Amino acid sequence: MLRIEYAYWLIAAFLFYTSWRKAGERQFYCAAFWGLLGLLFAGGDAVLAAQKAGNALPAQLAGCVVIALALIAPRMRRKAHPETASASARLASALRLGHKLFVPALLIPLVTLVVALVGEHLSIGGHALLAKPQMTLTGLMLACVIALLAAARVAQAPVLQGVSEGRRLLDAIGWAALLPLLLAALGEVFTQSGVGAAIAALAQMILPEGNAFLCLLVFALGMVLFTVIMGNAFAAFPVMMAGIGLPLLVHRYGAHPAILGSMGMLCGYCGTLLTPMAADYNLVPAALLELRNPYGVIRAQAWSAAGIFAATFLAMWALVFR
Amino acid sequence: MNYWPLLGVAVIVIGFALRFNPVPVVVGAALVSGLLAGLHVPDLLALLGKSFVSSRMLLMFVLTLPAIGLLEHAGLREHAQQWMGRLRGMTLARLLIGYLLVREALAMFGLTGVAGAAQTVRPLLAPMGEAAAEKIHPELDAADRDEVRAVAAATDNIGRFFGEDVFIALGAVLLIQGFYAQHGIDLTPLSIALWALPTAIAAFVIQSVRIWLFQRRLQRRASARNAQEG
Repeated sequence: MLRIEYAYWLIAAFLFYTSWRKAGERQFYCAAFWGLLGLLFAGGDAVLAAQKAGNALPAQLAGCVVIALALIAPRMRRKAHPETASASARLASALRLGHKLFVPALLIPLVTLVVALVGEHLSIGGHALLAKPQMTLTGLMLACVIALLAAARVAQAPVLQGVSEGRRLLDAIGWAALLPLLLAALGEVFTQSGVGAAIAALAQMILPEGNAFLCLLVFALGMVLFTVIMGNAFAAFPVMMAGIGLPLLVHRYGAHPAILGSMGMLCGYCGTLLTPMAADYNLVPAALLELRNPYGVIRAQAWSAAGIFAATFLAMWALVFR
Repeated sequence: MNYWPLLGVAVIVIGFALRFNPVPVVVGAALVSGLLAGLHVPDLLALLGKSFVSSRMLLMFVLTLPAIGLLEHAGLREHAQQWMGRLRGMTLARLLIGYLLVREALAMFGLTGVAGAAQTVRPLLAPMGEAAAEKIHPELDAADRDEVRAVAAATDNIGRFFGEDVFIALGAVLLIQGFYAQHGIDLTPLSIALWALPTAIAAFVIQSVRIWLFQRRLQRRASARNAQEG
């Protein structure tokens, strides 16, 4: 059965390859960085299994590796790396291959889509072919492998050259690739340290008595602010709901729970558009698109976020106290 | 109430404001918050390691890089640009608004993973957008080019975020339902998802208007440059 773990092993292999090539180029900090990250990916399941069985040592070692990665990251030079084909060679190849070039690129979303839709019904002799949890991600893994094979065929190049080109792109992203995982871990640590509870307590302290509108405004802005800090509306939601939403808005002022929950969450999503803490949506794309300003994507969406927040808040105010 | 762990938030804010490398800033903030909350060092290390490896799925996008890299080597971006140049009537605004519509509609059906910065924006949408912008002004400068790419990435994010909340079986709706269920209020997922519709529509309208304004800004810049040259 195809499980999501295989994707992690593939990623680990790719990271080890990148590390090996970096060592060959005598960039040892980069080699160490990708190698250590590869270790975390290859050993991740063993860490989680040991943790479940009550042995915390592998997880502690993983924590040490994370700290080592943080110490190495500032020493990595992200330099613009030369393209492997000249502009004229790429243009000639583009003219020769034409629309065929789109096929492997479109296979990535298409195969992911098909697997996400029908994946759980695929079986051979009664055995499910794909594990049900995270079907879309399994689909993405399959899609990437199929697209790589198709791309190698279209470009008439060996598959290994694809891996080597991929390494070039990964190099361009550099340490930014690590941020989404680190921020997820930070969110977990914040939750365990009671950061959320402290913020909710502060918000309740500044709250004026007996004004439903101001209370709703503090709730909505709190969702935005807390999402900006945590990088994730899902982390902000339970905190703001337990602190303000449920005790004050729902129980005291009679707010409609479904509207409050849904639109409150969407206020948080506006915060996601504004924060470097949501690295996978804001900083990684900037690195991937090789923008010179790492905050370029945030700048491009800031006014949209403000507009969507205003619209959502007004709708919530008009509807929630019906 | 122990307010000291909030200093971890301060570490983040100061670190990002001073533009330090974010990686050590984030790890430092985690250590500060954890230690001030009274966690023991071994427990804190284990927590950090465990939560890091539990979110490995966030690096799935690197699997797209080999295929994308090989196609780019073979001229994918050049072809996307050439093709856009030939499509008459396809403006920058039409391209981006059309993408926004498709992306948001797919997300409404829970299909958020099918597109994204690595899967669709870098190989397809950004080069097509640049080609469409070149129709407005043939000699885009580097700043314009960066802005076109950034707006493409922003459009992808906005379509995804405000579509996905309408889907009943996705994280957000289930999280809301679960929270209320824990506190004795029973809601159906549909009744929650329905209230995400007004924002989904507002997000589409607002982002479309902003795309159109961006196109007009590019047109103004182009005519200003032409006037200077002429």
